[in-house]
Amino acid sequence: MMRYGLVIGPCLLIAVAFGLSGCEQSSSAEGVDDGVLRGKLTLTGSSTVAPLVGEIAKRFEQRHPEVRVDVQTGGSSRGIADTHSGLADIGMSSRSLKLGEQAGVTTHILAQDGVAFVINAANPVASLTNQQLHDIYTGKITRWSEVGDRDAPITVINRAEGRSELELVTKFFEIKPSDIQPTLVAGENQECVKLVAGNPDAIAYLSVGTAEYESQRGTPLKLLPFAGVEANTTTVKAGTFPLGRPLVLITKNGRSPLVDAFIEFALTPAVDDLIEGQSFVSPR
Amino acid sequence: MSHRVKDGLLLAVLRLSAVASGSLVVLVAVFLVIEAWPALSPDGAIGIGGFVSDPSWHPIEQKFNLVPMVAASLLAMGGAMLLAVPLGVASALFCSWFAPKWLATPYRRVLELLAGIPSVVYGFWGLVVLVPLIGRFQPPGASLLAGVLILAVMVLPTVALLSEAAIQNVPRNVVRGASALGLDRWSTVWRVVLPAARGGIATACLLAACRAIGETMAVLMVCGNVVQLPGGVFDPVRALTANIALEMGYAFGDHRSALFVTGLILLAVVVVLVLAAEWVGGGRVRNTAARGVANGGGRA
Repeated sequence: MMRYGLVIGPCLLIAVAFGLSGCEQSSSAEGVDDGVLRGKLTLTGSSTVAPLVGEIAKRFEQRHPEVRVDVQTGGSSRGIADTHSGLADIGMSSRSLKLGEQAGVTTHILAQDGVAFVINAANPVASLTNQQLHDIYTGKITRWSEVGDRDAPITVINRAEGRSELELVTKFFEIKPSDIQPTLVAGENQECVKLVAGNPDAIAYLSVGTAEYESQRGTPLKLLPFAGVEANTTTVKAGTFPLGRPLVLITKNGRSPLVDAFIEFALTPAVDDLIEGQSFVSPR
Repeated sequence: MSHRVKDGLLLAVLRLSAVASGSLVVLVAVFLVIEAWPALSPDGAIGIGGFVSDPSWHPIEQKFNLVPMVAASLLAMGGAMLLAVPLGVASALFCSWFAPKWLATPYRRVLELLAGIPSVVYGFWGLVVLVPLIGRFQPPGASLLAGVLILAVMVLPTVALLSEAAIQNVPRNVVRGASALGLDRWSTVWRVVLPAARGGIATACLLAACRAIGETMAVLMVCGNVVQLPGGVFDPVRALTANIALEMGYAFGDHRSALFVTGLILLAVVVVLVLAAEWVGGGRVRNTAARGVANGGGRA
C-alpha cells in the first residue's frame, strides 16, 4: 500500500492546497459577541508594508484568538483600490494617497521610511548632488572620475518594476523608469546590500532603515547624504529627509469594530519593536 | 478478499492517481491561460503583437516586449548545454568504461551530491565567488556568462548520470560482439557503445535542457536582470524565470497578466523540449529517466 500512498499523498496535498486557496477568496465575516472579537480581516497592498503588518497581525491574533488576519501583497495601488471597492478591509500603502484616491477613506500613518542612495564604503566619494545622481541614473555620467578623483566605470543598480523604491525615485527626479540606464537590476533591499557590499564601483538606492542597520553591523556600505541631509532614521523621523515616505494603512469610512480594533492596535507603542525590527521608523 | 476484488481495487486506485497527476498538468496550463488571457486577447491592452513589437519591457509604462528575455533564456540554456554535454558524456564514459572501480564509485557519489545541491546554494556561490571574479575583468560581473557557467555546473550531473544510465543500458551482447571482433576499448566505446546509447544520451541532454531553462533562483542571482538583448557574454540579461520571480509580488492588472504570459512561454518551451526528447529517444525517455532515478541522479 506504501507505493500508492506515495502517489496519492502529494495529489491530496495539492487538492487541499487548492481548496485552501479557494477559501481565501471568501468574504470577511466578523462580529463581537460578549466582548470577544471574532472574524476575519483581509489586508492587501504594498509589499514594503506587508511584512511589518504580517508581524503585527500575528501579535493581534495572539491577543484575539478568534480572529484570523489575512495579509496579501500586490502593490500600494492595489491596496488603495481594494479598500475603495471593499475587497480588502484594510489597504496598505507605501506612499501617501493621490488626490483622487482620498475620498471616502481614512489614512493612518503606521511608520516612516526613506530611500537612501548607497555606495561601497571603499568608494572615496563623500556626496553626490541631485543633478549628479540624476545623470548617473539616466546614463549621462558613466564613470566615477566625472564626480571624484578615482576612475572606474559606475555600476548602476536599479530596482525591478513595481517596487515602491523605484516609484519614489522616478517621481522625485521626474523621470520615467525607461529613462534609467541600469547596469544591474535588483529586487529586494537585501539584494542591493549584497551587490553594493561586493562591488566598490556600485551605487544603489534602498530603504534607509535597512541600509543603516547593515552599515552599523559592519557591512561596507556608505549612505550618501541626499540634498545635504544625512540619510539616517533620525532625519527620516524628523521629516527632514527629502526622499522620505509614510507607510500607511487605509480604511473605508464607517468601519467595523474588528477593523477599528486592529487599527487601534497597530497605532500603539505595543508594535514599536516590530517596526524597528523591520528597520522602519516609528512615528512616536 | 478475493484476488479479483484486490485487483479491481488496485486498478481503481491506480487509475485515480493517474487521472489526478494527469489533470494537474492540464489544470496548471488552463490556469496559466486564464490568468494570461487579459493580456493575450486581441481586444486587451497588449495583444500578442505587443509582446514582440513593444520598444522595451517597462510594464508601468505599458511596454511589454518579451523578446530579449526569451533570447536570454535560450542563450543561457544553450551555452550551458554546450559546456555540460561534452563534459557530462565524457564523465559518463570515464565512469563506466575507463575508471577503476575504486574511483568510479566515489566519483559517481560526488556527481549525485552535485545533483542534490539546492539551486539557491549554487546561486549564492555564484553571487559571492563567480560574479566578483568575472567582475574583476569585465565589470559588473553579473552577466550572461555567469548564468551559463552556473547552469552548466547545475545540469552537468543530470547529463552525466543519465548518460551513464544509457551507456549501461546498451545490451550486453552488443558489447560482447565488439569484443569478439577483437576491437580495442576505444573503438568499442566510440564505434559501438556510443552509437547504441545515442538515443538515451540525447534524451539525457534534453532533460537537462528542461532543467536549465526552468532554473530560477541561481539565474536570478547571477545574471544581473537587466532586460536587454546581450551584445556579448559579459552583458547582464534577464531570463524568463527571473522575470516572474522578480516582479510577481509587485504586479497587478496588465503587468500581472504579462507575467503569466511569460509563464506560458516557458511552459511552451518545456513542452517542445519534452516532445523533442520523446522523438529523439524513440520512447526511451521513461527508461532512461527511471534508470537515472534508480541511480539517485534524477531530481525534480
